[in-house]
Amino acid sequence: MSHPHRTQNIAFFFLLLATLLIVVPVGLIVVIIVQKGLPAINGQFLLDIPRQGMRAGGIFPAIVGTVYLVTGAIIFALPIGLLAAIYLSEYSRENMLTRLIKLAIVNLAGVPSVVYGLFGLALFVVFFKFGASILSGSLTLGIMILPIIITASREALESVPSSFREVSLSLGASKWQTIRHIVLPNAIPGILTGTILGLGRAAGETAPILFTVAAFYLPRLPHSIFDQAMALPYHLYVISTQVPNVDEKTRYGTAFVLLALVLVMNIIAVVIRTKFRKKKKW
Amino acid sequence: MEIWSHEILSVIGPSNSGKTTFLRTLNRLSDLHTAFRMSGAVEMDKRDIREMDVEILRRKIGMVFALPLPLPLSIFENVAYGIRMQGVRNKHELEQRIEEALRQGYLWDEVKDRLDESAFKLSGGQQQRLCIARTLAVQPEVILFDEPCSGLDPVSTAKVEDAMVELKKKYTIVLVTNNVKQAARVGDKTAFFLSGELVELDKTDRIFTAPQDRRTDDYISGKFG
Ligand SMILES: Nc1ncnc2c1ncn2[C@@H]1O[C@H](COP(=O)(O)OP(=O)(O)O)[C@@H](O)[C@H]1O
Ligand SMILES: [Mg+2]
Repeated sequence: MSHPHRTQNIAFFFLLLATLLIVVPVGLIVVIIVQKGLPAINGQFLLDIPRQGMRAGGIFPAIVGTVYLVTGAIIFALPIGLLAAIYLSEYSRENMLTRLIKLAIVNLAGVPSVVYGLFGLALFVVFFKFGASILSGSLTLGIMILPIIITASREALESVPSSFREVSLSLGASKWQTIRHIVLPNAIPGILTGTILGLGRAAGETAPILFTVAAFYLPRLPHSIFDQAMALPYHLYVISTQVPNVDEKTRYGTAFVLLALVLVMNIIAVVIRTKFRKKKKW
Repeated sequence: MEIWSHEILSVIGPSNSGKTTFLRTLNRLSDLHTAFRMSGAVEMDKRDIREMDVEILRRKIGMVFALPLPLPLSIFENVAYGIRMQGVRNKHELEQRIEEALRQGYLWDEVKDRLDESAFKLSGGQQQRLCIARTLAVQPEVILFDEPCSGLDPVSTAKVEDAMVELKKKYTIVLVTNNVKQAARVGDKTAFFLSGELVELDKTDRIFTAPQDRRTDDYISGKFG
């Protein structure tokens, strides 16, 4: 132990290096995509349908499709995920079954997204005969983000101090009243954060929508939830690899829109979290 | 043991002697812990409390915790909480019962102009009196106090004690206290707990002047605890 300072400096150096190794690629991705994509952004690009085999025009249907898919996914996943989280953290007793369920949820979060795609194809498209449709795609994305929502909601519920529950119960409130009036309101920021992170994930994934909804080229808006739709991540894949001679500008413009969408959602999540943390009173 | 209505039972004993556990058995808050096991029975008005509806039992037996624990709501809503949970919606009735409860908790004059502020803006002593008022608002028959002054300075303690002595007229009180003098000041009967067991229970003056058990004597004379 003759050189505590030197070992500290070496450790510090490696920690800094590791941090930079994370930050630099992220920064580069953002810089490159903004630099190459931003010039493509204008009213026509955002609000027009694709033209000339997607080499010109805009990406409006893909934006709308992604918004529909994400909305559908959340309508499906938030209520179910929240109820499951409430059950797991407030009602279930610790036993083999609940341990198994919790384990399953953790593992579900690690399943590759293409597996969800195949699952959605088999269950929603083929078995339930929804066909390749917004409904099938939304449900598939919803199932994919369920573990995210359940995990975040459970953490949020469990972070509400147990003393609040005891006070509420001691005042004669029932268990459900306690959950409804004390636990849930104080868990909302965490639940929202988890939900928005789930949204970001749903917006960006290609594999789950590949077989369940995504249209290669559909230069109009979808008519109903049983209609196919274009979606940003798949559209990006198509114009980058499947269609020859697409402008680099168009490709990076699409990437920029997708990145901005996901980034904005994440920023909203961060803002909500810090806002509530400041207001937090215990 | 028996607790008569309109009396104060003080419970004393060193920490970890099971005083809190005893209180939480009375209003069945202990049920929340899966590891909790209980033998024997607690009866209220000759009915086993385990056969009563737990929400109704807890309305009849209010509890004030060791630390002031306001809910993350406004002052008004803290006191209104228990009443609202019984389904009372009428604003006029709410306001009336809240004012009454805050007066009984000796807090009304200090907070009447700031009822909409967060309860966390109150001082520790005010918060504890708010918790008392919140318990009173439910109109219980019995109130359990768990070391209600342990986190408070002497002035706040005096105020909380005042409130308790006044409450004795209308309610049955079980007061757990780490302060032997407090037990002597306010208790009609005193129980001494040690290692999860009731060692002695008698009229307060008998406990303090002629305790039957050596360990009681040692504890109140300050030899341990
Ligand atoms: N009668 C009992 N039998 C078994 N364990 C007990 C009993 N009473 C209390 N305990 C345990 O002793 C510990 C301290 O009890 P607690 O009621 O918090 O003590 P106090 O409030 O007097 O400090 C708790 O972990 C509780 O589970
Ligand atoms: Mg205690």
